[in-house]
Parts: sequence; structure tokens; C-alpha cells
Amino acid sequence: MKSSVIVFPGSNCDRDIAIALEKMQFKNQMVWHKETKLPKSDLIVVPGGFSYGDYLRSGAIAGKSLIINEVIKAANEGCLILGICNGFQILTETGLLKGILLRNKNLKFINEDINIKVINNNTKFSNKYKENQVLKINIAHNEGSYFTNSDHMKELKNENLIAFKYCDKNGNINENSNPNGSLENIAGIFNSKKNILGMMPHPERMTDKLISNTDGVNLFSSLLK
Amino acid sequence: MKFSVTVTLKKDVLDPQGKVVQNTLHNLGMENLKSIRQGKYFEIELDDNDQKKAEKKIDEMCKKLLANLIIEDYKVNKI
Repeated sequence: MKSSVIVFPGSNCDRDIAIALEKMQFKNQMVWHKETKLPKSDLIVVPGGFSYGDYLRSGAIAGKSLIINEVIKAANEGCLILGICNGFQILTETGLLKGILLRNKNLKFINEDINIKVINNNTKFSNKYKENQVLKINIAHNEGSYFTNSDHMKELKNENLIAFKYCDKNGNINENSNPNGSLENIAGIFNSKKNILGMMPHPERMTDKLISNTDGVNLFSSLLK
Repeated sequence: MKFSVTVTLKKDVLDPQGKVVQNTLHNLGMENLKSIRQGKYFEIELDDNDQKKAEKKIDEMCKKLLANLIIEDYKVNKI
């Protein structure tokens, strides 16, 4: 599997995801945002961070960068796209994913290991997880409150496009287990073709027992299948 | 030609920042405060003498970048 990680000024999880990908035997390349050509890739990752200092809106400026046209083209041709944290925000700003990430309900930056539940395990990104499996995973964001219109929410539910939901350690999905005010506790979604996944939690931070846990590993091994 | 653009959150979108500002003003003793919604303000100068054309351009800027129409509305005024 060949992967590309897009790097913007202000990206800060680009090395972490590259290390995770290489550990999982992806042949990875870093791609600077000013490039106008993407190397041949099976997977494109838009990493976390604070691209352009979150100016205007999180992800708004990066969402209009030169390389993004190539990412959109690749996405439309079926290439797998993974947006993590700021990457998720960027993907919503490009229109590849619908909805938007708003300021956390409590107005605080949240950096915490929380629990999420695997809602749809029948996708290229999640097939190594069990349905309803509860993962412990890190979130670190200021704008993570997922919002979308009611028509799209219906589509998310009817077409099983919700990837992960915030829950407690026993898997209960309710207001108490919602860290940032996301609609329906949504932590990650797919596009309608399910070749694009955007998620606020950081799977790349959960790939090494020594520093955290390995709950993120199966996301990458799912992709390798 | 100069324009102002005001971008505000749509009515049904939560505005926690506006809420905090409102609470703080209330704590400062400001009475009869009904609600506060926070927004963004841009001043844009265009090198164009045709107002219709310029307004069209500003509208395009708003739609493409300045506002996210899922959650925000915008107003354009000539200044």
C-alpha cells in the first residue's frame, strides 16, 4: 500500500501518522501543500494540527490550497482518504465530507483519552474492528463539535455513514459521554461512497503500547486488507 | 470601491462564545441584555468601477471562502 501525507504550515501530527503508517508497512511519502501533483497513492492522509493557525475557520485556508485540487480529484477516482482532527476539518471545508466542526461546547481545548464506539465496521477503514467495539483513543481539539443539517443527518443514519460515536467505557452513548457537543455524539463519518473517513480522535497516537495503547492499529490494518 | 462583509452564525447554530460574552456583560451590570451573537467583519477594497460587477465578485468571495454557508450567513454593504 502506498500512502501520502499532506503537510501544511501548522500541521503537527504529520510525523506521528507517518511513523504509524511506516510501522504498518505502508510505503509513505510526505507531500507539501504547494505541490500540484500527488505521487501515486492508495491512501491519502490529511493530518492533524493547526494548519494556517486556524485562521478564518479551522481548515478553511488549507481547504483551498493547491494540493487539495489533486486530493479532490483522487477522492473522486476512489482513492482512500483519511482526515484526522484538523484533517477532518479540512475535508469538510473542501466539501469532500458534509457538515462542519464547531467550537467545543465548553469553549475549552480538550486533550484527553476518551472512548469511542465502532458504529460501522463494514468499511475499508474499519473491517478489523468488531461492531460496537469500544476503543480508548486520544482527542486533542478546540473545534470538534460536529454539526450538519437534518437532511444529511438522515442520510448518515440511513446509509450507515457514521463511523464512530463518543461513548463511556461501557459503551453508553449519551450526553455525559459527549466531550464536545457533537450532534448524536458523532466522532467520525464516511462520505456516501465510504472511501473517505473524517474523524476527530487520533488513531495514530494509539499504535504503540509503550506510550499509549494499540486501539488505533486496526484502522491501519483494515486498510491493508 | 470598498465593501464591508459581516458574517454571522445562522439562527439555529449554537454560539457558545456569544453566550459567554453575554454572561460577562450581564455580570458587569449591563441590564436588559436579551442576546448576543458573535460574528466576523471584513473590509474589502476592490479595484473596480462597476458596482454590479464588484458586488458579484464580493458575493463569490463570501460563498467560496469568507463564510461557510452550512452555519453562517453574510451581509454585504458598500462603504
